[in-house]
Amino acid sequence: MENMFVNPPGECDSKSATDSERTLYPYVTGTSVVAVKYKDGILMAADTGGSYGSTLRYKSVERMKAIGKHSVLGASGEISDFQEILRYLDELILYDNMWDDGNSLGPKEVHNYLNRVMYNRRNKFNPLWNSLVLGGVKNGQKYLGMVSMIGVHFEDNHVATGFGNHLARPILRDEWHEDMSFEEAVKLLEKCMLVLLYRDRSAINKIQIAQVTEAGFNTFQPYALKTFWGFSAFENPSKGAVGTW
Amino acid sequence: MLRNQYDTDVMTWSPMGRLFQVEYAMDAVKQGGAAFGLRSRSHVVLASVDRAVSGLSFHQRKIFKIDDRTGVAMAGLAADGRVVLQYLASECINYSFVYESPIPVSRLVARLADKAQACTMLSLKRPYGVGCLVAGTDESGVHLYYNCPSGDYFECQAFAIGSHSQAAKVCLEREFETFNDRPREELIQRALLAITETLRWQGKEFDSSSCTVAILGENEAFHVISRSVIEQLVDSSKAT
Repeated sequence: MENMFVNPPGECDSKSATDSERTLYPYVTGTSVVAVKYKDGILMAADTGGSYGSTLRYKSVERMKAIGKHSVLGASGEISDFQEILRYLDELILYDNMWDDGNSLGPKEVHNYLNRVMYNRRNKFNPLWNSLVLGGVKNGQKYLGMVSMIGVHFEDNHVATGFGNHLARPILRDEWHEDMSFEEAVKLLEKCMLVLLYRDRSAINKIQIAQVTEAGFNTFQPYALKTFWGFSAFENPSKGAVGTW
Repeated sequence: MLRNQYDTDVMTWSPMGRLFQVEYAMDAVKQGGAAFGLRSRSHVVLASVDRAVSGLSFHQRKIFKIDDRTGVAMAGLAADGRVVLQYLASECINYSFVYESPIPVSRLVARLADKAQACTMLSLKRPYGVGCLVAGTDESGVHLYYNCPSGDYFECQAFAIGSHSQAAKVCLEREFETFNDRPREELIQRALLAITETLRWQGKEFDSSSCTVAILGENEAFHVISRSVIEQLVDSSKAT
C-alpha cells in the first residue's frame, strides 16, 4: 500500500490549494529607491509610480514613509506588501510609544526588526516581495541600511534598490563624499534619478525626496526632472529603415 | 498553624486589603542572605554575603551576569532565583537578536515585574520567593532597580535586602546622596563597608570567601571582582 503522505511522482507539495496563500509573483510594483547619508542626516529619493506589469497604472504612490520619530522607510517591489510592512511597523512603534519611558526604537533597531521579518517570511517560502531602504538619525548618529526580500541586509553610506543598484550606485561610488550639504546631496540624487528615468522602463517623471534629520522626518512635494530628447538620431526615426511600419 | 485566617492561597484577599501569600514571599527575601546595590553616575556595584549549606559545601552564589551590560544580585530562594535568572537572560538575548541593540533596563525589569505580578493572581502559581537587585546599562546611562516578589519594582541609588541588612541600610542611607559623584573605587569601598557592617551585626568578621562583589560601568562589562582584589581593597581601607 502506498504511503499516503508521499506525493505521486511528478507532483510536489507546493502545487496544492495552499498555493493561493503564498506570494508567488508581485503584481503592483514600485521601482528603484535611492538614498544617501549627508551632513544633517539621510536623503532618500523615489518616484511615485506603481506599475501593474508593464502598465504604468498608478502615478501617485508614496513609497517612502516615516517610521517613529527617527526613521524613514522606502520600498520597491510589491506595494501591498509594503503596506503590510507599514502595518507591522505601526504596531511596533505603537507598543514602543506605550512604554512612555524615554526610550525609543532607533533606525538600527527598526532595520534589524525588518530583517527578522523578511528572513522569516523567506524561510516559509512566502516572502514579502520588497527591497527596503531604512534610514534615520538618532542621537546624532546617522544610519542607512537595506533589506532584500530574502533577508540579505547591510548598512552603507549610500544604498539603492532594483535598477538603482546598477545605474545609481556607480555614480554614488564616484561622487558621494562625507558631510555633503543638503543642496549637494539633492543634486546627486537627482542625477541618479535622471539616469533611472532615461533607462528604467518602469520609472516615471514624478519624483519625491524624503529627508530625515535629528529634528525629524520631512517629505517634499513630488516634481518632475528636466529631460532632453533633442538628439539628432531621434529626428527622423525611419531614416535607416525604409518601409517601416 | 495559620498566622492569619486569609493566608491559605494567593487568591484570597484579607478584609484589610492585604495578600498575605505575597507578603510571606517578601518575608522569604528577608530571610535570605544579604545583597546590596550601589549606583554612581557611571557605575553600579552589586555585593552579597554568601551562605554555605554546611562547613563542607561552597558558598551559594547570589550574583549573576545576565549579559555584558546587565547583572543581578538575588536574595531569597536560590531555586526561584535560577528560574528568574534564566528568564532575564532569555529576554535580554531575544531583544538583542531582534533589534541588534541592548534592551533598555527599565523595560527588562518591567517585564520581570509583570511576570512576578502574574504569580500573584493565579491559583496554580505561587509568588517567586526571590528579590532581585538588577544592575544594567543602556543608552540613558547606568541603572539599579529592585524587583520584589509582589511585582513592584523601582529604581534606586542604593538598596540593601536580605537578613541583617538593616545595619547596611543605615550606613547607605547616610551616604547615598554622595554616590553619584563617587569614583569607581570608592563605590566598591562603600559596598565592602555595607558587607562588613552586616557581618558585624551577626558577630562575624569579614571573610572574602563568603562574599561577592561585582561591578558594571558605562564602558565596563559586568564582572565579578576577584577575591585577591577584594582582599587588597579591604586591607588598604583598614590601613587608612
